[in-house]
Amino acid sequence: MQDSQVHADNTAHSVHEEHPAYLRHHFNSAEQQADAAGFAMWLFLLTEVMFFGGLFTAYLVYRNWYYPAFVSGSHQLNVVWGATNTVVLIFSSFTMAMGVWCAQTRRRRGLVLSLALTFILGLSFLGIKTIEYREKIEKHHVPGFHYSLQSFLDPQSDPEVYAEYHDKALEPDMARHTELYFSLYFLMTGMHALHMIIGIGILGFMILRAWAGAYTAGHETFVVNFGLYWHFIDIVWIYLFALLYLISRHQ
Amino acid sequence: MSEHTIVSLPDQATARIPKDNYITRENGLLSWLLTSDHKRIAILYLISITFFFFIGGALAGLIRLELLTPQTDLMATDTYNKVFTMHGIIMIFFFLVPSVPATLGNFFIPMMIGAKDLALPRINLLSWYLYIAGGLLALYTMTVGGVDTGWTFTTPLSTHYVNTNVLTTGLAAFIAGFSSIFTGLNFIVTIHKMRAPGMTWFRLPLFIWANYAASILMVLATPVVAIAIVLIALERTLGIGVFDPTKGGDPLLFQHLFWFYSHPAVYIMILPGMGVISEVISTFSRKRVFGYTAVAFSSVAIAVFGFFVWAHHMFIMGISNYAVLVFSLLTMLVAVPSAIKIFNWTFTLYKGSITFETPMLYAFGFLGLFTIGGMTGVFLGSSGTDIHLTETYFIVAHFHFVMVGGMLMAFLAGIHFWWPKMTGRMYPEKISQMAAVITFVGFNLTFFPQFILGMLGMPRRYASYPPEFQILNVFSTAGATILGVGYLLPVLYLIWSLRYGAIAGDNPWQATGLEWQTQSPPLTENFAVMPVMDHEAYDYEWLEKQQQAQKETGEASAG
Amino acid sequence: MDHISPVIWQFLVKWLTNFALLPPEASKVAPQMDALLFFMVLVSLIGLTIVVLLVVSFSILYRKKRHPVAVQVEGSTLLEATWTIIPLGLFLVMFVWGALIYFRVYTPPANAMNIYVVGKQWMWKVEHPGGQHEINALHVPTGRAVQLTLISQDVFHSFSIPAFRVKREAIPGRYTTVWFEATTPGTYHLFCTQYCGTNHSQMTGDVVVMTPEDYRKWLIRSDSGASLAQDGERLFASLSCAACHNTRPDARGPSLANVYGAKLPLASGGTVIADDAYLREAILNPSQHVTQGYAPIMPTYQGQISEEGVIALIEFIKNLNSDYRIEQTVNTTEMPPGSEGAPGGKTPAVKGPVSKGTVKP
Repeated sequence: MQDSQVHADNTAHSVHEEHPAYLRHHFNSAEQQADAAGFAMWLFLLTEVMFFGGLFTAYLVYRNWYYPAFVSGSHQLNVVWGATNTVVLIFSSFTMAMGVWCAQTRRRRGLVLSLALTFILGLSFLGIKTIEYREKIEKHHVPGFHYSLQSFLDPQSDPEVYAEYHDKALEPDMARHTELYFSLYFLMTGMHALHMIIGIGILGFMILRAWAGAYTAGHETFVVNFGLYWHFIDIVWIYLFALLYLISRHQ
Repeated sequence: MSEHTIVSLPDQATARIPKDNYITRENGLLSWLLTSDHKRIAILYLISITFFFFIGGALAGLIRLELLTPQTDLMATDTYNKVFTMHGIIMIFFFLVPSVPATLGNFFIPMMIGAKDLALPRINLLSWYLYIAGGLLALYTMTVGGVDTGWTFTTPLSTHYVNTNVLTTGLAAFIAGFSSIFTGLNFIVTIHKMRAPGMTWFRLPLFIWANYAASILMVLATPVVAIAIVLIALERTLGIGVFDPTKGGDPLLFQHLFWFYSHPAVYIMILPGMGVISEVISTFSRKRVFGYTAVAFSSVAIAVFGFFVWAHHMFIMGISNYAVLVFSLLTMLVAVPSAIKIFNWTFTLYKGSITFETPMLYAFGFLGLFTIGGMTGVFLGSSGTDIHLTETYFIVAHFHFVMVGGMLMAFLAGIHFWWPKMTGRMYPEKISQMAAVITFVGFNLTFFPQFILGMLGMPRRYASYPPEFQILNVFSTAGATILGVGYLLPVLYLIWSLRYGAIAGDNPWQATGLEWQTQSPPLTENFAVMPVMDHEAYDYEWLEKQQQAQKETGEASAG
Repeated sequence: MDHISPVIWQFLVKWLTNFALLPPEASKVAPQMDALLFFMVLVSLIGLTIVVLLVVSFSILYRKKRHPVAVQVEGSTLLEATWTIIPLGLFLVMFVWGALIYFRVYTPPANAMNIYVVGKQWMWKVEHPGGQHEINALHVPTGRAVQLTLISQDVFHSFSIPAFRVKREAIPGRYTTVWFEATTPGTYHLFCTQYCGTNHSQMTGDVVVMTPEDYRKWLIRSDSGASLAQDGERLFASLSCAACHNTRPDARGPSLANVYGAKLPLASGGTVIADDAYLREAILNPSQHVTQGYAPIMPTYQGQISEEGVIALIEFIKNLNSDYRIEQTVNTTEMPPGSEGAPGGKTPAVKGPVSKGTVKP
C-alpha cells in the first residue's frame, strides 16, 4: 500500500498525485478499492447464505417428518419448466461471466451484448416462474388462499400428474402437510425471485452505464461484483431445483 | 503533571479548538444528513441511540413503578405486557446492539488503523438510515397500541394468539437487523483491507479485535433472525403452518431459529464493550494490556463458540436430554474466554501507574459487575440449576448485570474516554466521577435483589406477584430511581461541556492509539499525514520517545 | 451431602430459608439442587472476592502517587494457563453435577404415579387418573413419586413449582413430563413462568402436599364420580373407535388390550414403544403411525377431541392393561375399607398393605 499525501485544505486537487476519477478519496489506490469492494461482496453473499439457511433448515426438518407429503407436493411441480429454468439460469451465468471478461478486456459492445443477454435470460426465468405460479394458483395450491387437498386425497382427479407418477392417495392428516411443502416452495422460490428481480433491475441500470462506457475504462469492479451476486442467485436456484422439484422422481 | 491524574491539557489561556475539523469543514443540516464521513455518522448515531435509550429507560421506569406493589394497580395487565415488550425491543435492537459499534466503532475504527474512512462510507450512511427507519417504525407501533408478545416473539403466541402489532414491530426489527449487518460488513472489510502500512494484526488495538469479532457475529447471525421474522409474518397473515402444531408445524423450530441469532446477539452487544475496557484500563494504568494475544484470541473464541450454544435458552422446552448435555457443555466452554479476559484486565493493573478518572471508574464497575453477571450465566448454563432459575427474575438479573452493569458501563467509559477526541473538550471530572458512583450504587440496588427474587421463584414478565416478594421489589424500584439520576447526569454535563468544557488538545490522556496522535476534534480525513505504524499496540515507551522528541523540537523552536 | 455434618447443613438450610434466599425445600430433589446452587454461590463469591481484592490492592499499591512509573509486563503463560484451567475445571464440575440433576428431574421412575396437566390461557387443568379434577391446584401425597404429563391447549406455558425446584414447559402439540417426590406437607406456589399473554401473571395456583392419609381422604371427597379411564371409555364409544379397534379376528384395527407400553412394529418399518406420546400421535396423525399388518384407513381426530379428551382416551387404553388396572386401583381409585365397589372401571379396594407402586407394568 502506498503512502499518499493528503492536504488539509481540500481545494488542492491539482496537487494530488495522478489518480483515476473513480478512485474514492478514502482509498490509497485503485487496487485497494477494488480489493475492498470484492471482499465486501463476498461477505454480503455469506449473509445471504445465512438468510436462505433458515429456510433450508425448516425444509430439512419438515421433509424429514412428512416425506410422503413432500413427495406428492413435489410431483405437482413441472420438472420440464424447472429444468428449463435451471438451464436458462446457468446460461445466464455464462453470459454474465462473458460480460465480466468483456469489461476486463475493455470490449464495450461485447459487454453490452452480454449484459443484455443476461437480462433477457433473467426475464425469461421470471416469465417461466410466472407460468408455474399461475398453474399453482389455478389448482388452488397456494397456502392461505383456498388451499385445496383434492389432488392429494384423490390423485386420479389430477390426470396429468397421476399419469406420470401414479401416486397413492394420501391420508387426510398427511395430505394436510402438503400445505407446508407449498409454503416452503413459495417462500424459497419467492425469496429467490425477489433477488432475481433486484438483480435484473440492477442489470438494466448497468446496461445503460455500460453503453456509456463506464465499465470499460479500467474500472470494472461493479460488473465483477454484480457477477458474483448473479452467480450466487444461480447456485441458490440449483439447490432449490434439486430440493423442491426432484423429490422421488425415479419411478 | 499531577500525582493523581494523567490528564495533560494545553495551556487554557492560549488553547483553541482547531479551526478546521470534521465538524466545521461543512455546515448545514444536509451536510450532516448526507455525509459520508464516518465521524459525522457516528455522531448521528450517538444522538439517535441516546434518544432511544431514554425511551427504553422511561419504559423501564414504568415497569419498576408497577412492580412497587403486588397488585396490578398502575396500569392494565395488557399495558404492562406491552411496556416490557417495547422496553426489551428498544433496548436491545435500538440501543445495545448499535451502541458501541455504531458510535465509538464508527468513529474510531478507521482512526485506530490509520485509515481515512471506513471501506464503504455510503453503506455506512445507509446503515444509519435503516436504523432510523426501524426505530421510527418501532415508535409508531408504540403509538398505535404497541405489541405484547415479549421481545422474544414466542410462537404460537405471536402468530395466533395476540391481536397487537406483531407485523410492524417485526418489520422494525428486520430493518434494524439490516442496519446491523451492513455495519458489521463494513467493519470487517475495513479491518482487513485498510490498515495503514506496518499495522499488522497483532499491532491492532484490542478495541479493533473486539469489534471485529462482534462484526463476524453481526454478519452471520442476524440474517437468521430476519428469516425467523419473515416466517412469523407469513404464519400470521397466511397461516402457512410452519410453526402451528395443528398443521404439522413445530413451534420449537421458531425457538431454534430465533435463538440462533439471539444468543450471538448478546455477544454482539458485549464484545465491543469489552474492547472499550481494554483501551481504558491500559490507558489509566499506563501499561500494555496483560496477555494481549490471549485477550485478542478470547474475543474471537467468544464469537465462534457463541454460535454453538443457542439451545441453552431452551433447556426446559422439551428438547432431548442429549441435546441439553451438548449445549450445556458448550456453554461452559464459552464462559472461559470471558473469565480469561477479566483476569487479564485485572493483571494489567499490576505494576501499572493507576489513576481514577471517570472512564477508569466505569471500567472498574464493569470488572465487578460483569464478573457477577458472567458467573450467574454459568448458574444458568448448568442444566440442573437452570430448571429452577430459568424464566424467573434470576434471568432478568443475569442479563441486566451483563448488559447494563457490563455493556452500558463500558459504553459510558468509552464515551467519557473519547469525548475529548470527538469534541475537543473535556467533560467535568468531579461531577462525572460522582455520576459513575451513583450509577454503580443505583445499579446494584436495582438488580441485585432480583437475583434473590429469582431464586425464590418469582417469575419474570409478571405484572402482579405474591405479597412476600414485595420488599425486594421495593428495593429494586428504589435503586432504579437512583440509576435514572446516574444516567441523566452525563447527558446534562456532556452537553454543558460542549460549550464550557476545558480545551482538550490532541492527547489529554497521554494514550498510545493512533487516534490520539492527531488533533481533537479530528480533520475530516483524520490525519494530515497518513501514519505508518512502526510500534506495537499500547507501546508506552514509544509514546515517551514521541513526547520527548516533541518537547525538544518545541524547546528548539522556542529557544 | 452426607459428608457435611447434618447439624451444620440444617443450620445453613434454616438460615437460608429464614432469610428467604430460597423457597422451602419440599421435594426430594430440592436439597440436591440447593447443594449445587450453594456450591455455585460459593465459587462465585470466591471468584468475585479474588477479582475485587486484586483490583483494590493493585489500585492501592500501584496508584500513580505511589508508583509513578509503570513496568511493562507482557504477560505470563503460567498465569494464563492457571486462570483458564481452574475456571474451566470448576465450570465442568458444575456441568457434570448439573447434568446429573437435570437427568434426575426429567427421568421419572417406572413406578411414578401419573397426573395430567393441561395448560391453557390462563389456567391449569389438573387431571388425576382417578377422576379428580382441579383447576390451578395440585394435590399430591408425600413419599410418592409423582409424574406430571403436561401439554398446552394453545401457547407455550410453563408449570413451575419453586418449592420442589421443578419446572417444565407445557407445549402445544406434544407431551412433556417432569417428576418429583414431595417430602413436606404444606401449600406451595404454582406459577406459570412462560409468558403466555394477558393474564400470564394470574395463571398461578397452589400445590398442596398432604400426608398419604390426608391425600386418600382428599381423593375420595374430590372424586368426580368417574375416573379418567371411564371418561375415556365413554369417548371411545361415542367416537365409535370400537368399530375397528375390537378383538374380532377380522378387525380393521389392532386390538388395544395391553397395547400400552408394548413394542409395536410399524407399517413403515421399525418398531416403537406405545407410550403416551405415541398414542396421542396415533389418534391425531394416524397415517404416520400405522401398525404393521393394518391398512392406513384410520381417520384423524385432529380438531374433534380436546386435549382432555385425548388424555381420557389414553387413560382408558392404559386401563386395558390388566396389570395397570391393579396398580391404578392401588394408586388413586382405592375406596376406604367397608364401602361398596363402584360399577364400571373401578375395582374394589385391595385388602392388605398397600404396595408402594412396585407392581411392574
